[in-house]
Amino acid sequence: MSVTAVPGKSMTLGEGGTAFAFAILAFLSLIIAAKAYTPEYAFHAYLFTAGSAAAVFAIVNRYFDRPAEPAPLFIDGKPNYNMGPVKFATVAAMFWGIAGFTVGLYIALELAFPFLNLDLPWISFGRLRPLHTSAVIFAFGGNVLLGTSFYVVQRTCRARLVGDIAPWFVILGYNFFILIAGTGYLLGITQSKEYAEPEWYADLWLTIVWVTYFLVFMGTIMRRTEPHIYVANWFYLAFILTIAVLHLGNNAAVPVSLFSAKSYIVWSGVQDAMVQWWYGHNAVGFFLTAGFLAIMYYFIPKRAERPVYSYRLSIIHFWALIFLYIWAGPHHLHYTALPDWAQTLGMTFSIMLWMPSWGGMINGLMTLSGAWDKLRTDPVLRMMVVSVAFYGMATFEGPVMSVKSVNSLSHYTDWTIGHVHSGALGWVGYISFGAIYCLVPWLWNRPLYSLKLVNWHFWISTIGIVLYISAMWVSGILQGLMWRAYTSLGFLEYSFIETVEAMHPFYVIRAMGGALFLLGALLMVWNLWQTVHSKEAAVAAAAPTLVPAE
Amino acid sequence: MNETYRALAEFAQTWGLAYFVGVFLVVLAYALWPSRQQAFDEAARMPLRED
Repeated sequence: MSVTAVPGKSMTLGEGGTAFAFAILAFLSLIIAAKAYTPEYAFHAYLFTAGSAAAVFAIVNRYFDRPAEPAPLFIDGKPNYNMGPVKFATVAAMFWGIAGFTVGLYIALELAFPFLNLDLPWISFGRLRPLHTSAVIFAFGGNVLLGTSFYVVQRTCRARLVGDIAPWFVILGYNFFILIAGTGYLLGITQSKEYAEPEWYADLWLTIVWVTYFLVFMGTIMRRTEPHIYVANWFYLAFILTIAVLHLGNNAAVPVSLFSAKSYIVWSGVQDAMVQWWYGHNAVGFFLTAGFLAIMYYFIPKRAERPVYSYRLSIIHFWALIFLYIWAGPHHLHYTALPDWAQTLGMTFSIMLWMPSWGGMINGLMTLSGAWDKLRTDPVLRMMVVSVAFYGMATFEGPVMSVKSVNSLSHYTDWTIGHVHSGALGWVGYISFGAIYCLVPWLWNRPLYSLKLVNWHFWISTIGIVLYISAMWVSGILQGLMWRAYTSLGFLEYSFIETVEAMHPFYVIRAMGGALFLLGALLMVWNLWQTVHSKEAAVAAAAPTLVPAE
Repeated sequence: MNETYRALAEFAQTWGLAYFVGVFLVVLAYALWPSRQQAFDEAARMPLRED
C-alpha cells in the first residue's frame, strides 16, 4: 500500500488504510445509488460516493504536501498542539449555529403564520423542526463540543492529539453525518425518533466516527505528561462514552434492504418508548450538560484567571451527576402505558438531580470569587456566568416539571418548549458563545476585534431569551389550563382550535425573541470574522500568551 | 414472569441499593480525604497553566 514519492518518504498505514477504505466505500455507495429503491436514498448514496472520493483525494494530496517526518510531539520542550481540527470545528459551529437559529426562527414564524410553509412538503413544520433541533444541538453544539474537547484535552494533558488522519476524520466525518441527517429531514427520511431521526446508514456512519472520537480522546489522555486528569476531561469522557452507548441502544434497527433508507426498530411498544426517552433525556444529560460542564470547568477559570472554586466539589459533582442522570428518562412518559413504578422512579431521580446540578452551578459561579469585578468589564465572562445562572434556572425548573402533578399541567404544552430553550439558548448557547469568543483569539493568535460588539451581542440575545421563555411560560400554562377546563355540565370548555387561537400572540412574541437571538449571533460572526482577518493585530497578540500565569 | 420480576426487583432494591451507596461513599472518601488537599489545589489551577 505504500506509495513512494520522495526517497525516505512513504505513506503511513493510517493514510494508506484510510484512503483504501474510502475508495471501497466510494465504490460500494455507487452501487447502492444505482440500485436504490427511492431517489432520496440514491441522493444520499451519491453524497457518500462524492464524500469518499473527496476523502481519498484529500489524503493523497496531503501526503504529497507533507514533510517526510511525522509531526513532532514536542517542539523545544513544548507540546506541539494539533489545532487544525479545532479551528475547523469552531468555524463549522458558527456556520451551523446561524443555520440552526435561522431555521428555528422560520418555524417559529410558521407556527404564528401557518401560510409560511407555502404548502411545500420540504419546508413544512414537521420536516423543518428536526432540521432545527439537529442543527442547533448536534451541528452547532456538537462542533463546539468536538472543538473544545480537542483543545482542552491537549492543553490540560500537555500532549499532542493522538493520530494524524484520525482527528480530521472525526471532525469532517461528524460534519458529513450532519449533512446526511439534515438533507434527509428535508427529503422526508426519518425514523421518527425525537433527536434520533437519522436512518440506519447515517447511524452506522456516526458510530464509526464516534468510536474514532473516543479512541483519539482516550489516546490523548493516555499520552498525557500531566499526572492528574483534569476534571473537564472526565466530563468530556463521560459525554463521549455515554453518547456511544445511547446511540447504539436507541438505534438498534434492522433495515428493510441495503437499497432502502427505511428500517424497523427492534424494540416494540412501551419498551421502545422507554428506550427512546432513556436516550432522549440522556442526550440532554450527557450531550447538553456533561459536555458543556466540561467547557464551564475549563473556560470559566481560564477567563476569570481564578482556580476552580472547589476541586473536591467538582469530583463529587461529576460522579453524582452522571449516576443520577441516567435514570431520569421515564419522566418523559408520565401518564402513559409505562408502568407506574418506572414513572415514579424517573420522577424521583429527576428531583434528586437538583443536588449535583446546583452543586455544579455553585462551583462554576463561585470560581469568580475574587474576580467578580471582571463581570463589569468583560462581556465574554459575563456571558459565561449568565450561562451558568441559566443552567441553575433550567435545572431547577426541570425537576419541578418532572413531578407528576405538575407534569399533568405542563406536558405537551409550550411550557416544555420554554423550559428547553432556557437551557438551550441560555445555558448551552451562552457557554458556547463564551468559549468561542475565547477560542478564536487563542487559535488565530489575534486579539478579539471588539468587546463592545460582544456587549451588544450579550444584551440583544438576553432580551431575546427573556422574550422567548416568558412567552412560552404564559402560553404553556394557558394552553394547559384551557385543555383541562370543564363546564358545569362536565364538557370540555374549549375546543382544541380555540387553544391554538389563544396562543397566537405568544407565538409572535416568541418569534421576536428568536429574531433577537439570531441577530446577536450574526453580530458574533461579524466580530469573529474581523478578528480572524485583522492583520495589524497579529503581533500584539503574541506577547500575552507567553506570560506565565503564576 | 412474575417470579423473575419479583426476584430481580428484590435484588435491585437490596443489594443494588447497598452497592450504589457503597460506590458513592468511595467517591466521597476519595474526594474528601485530607491528604489530597494539596494535589486538588494544584489540579484546580490546571487551566491557568501556560506552556
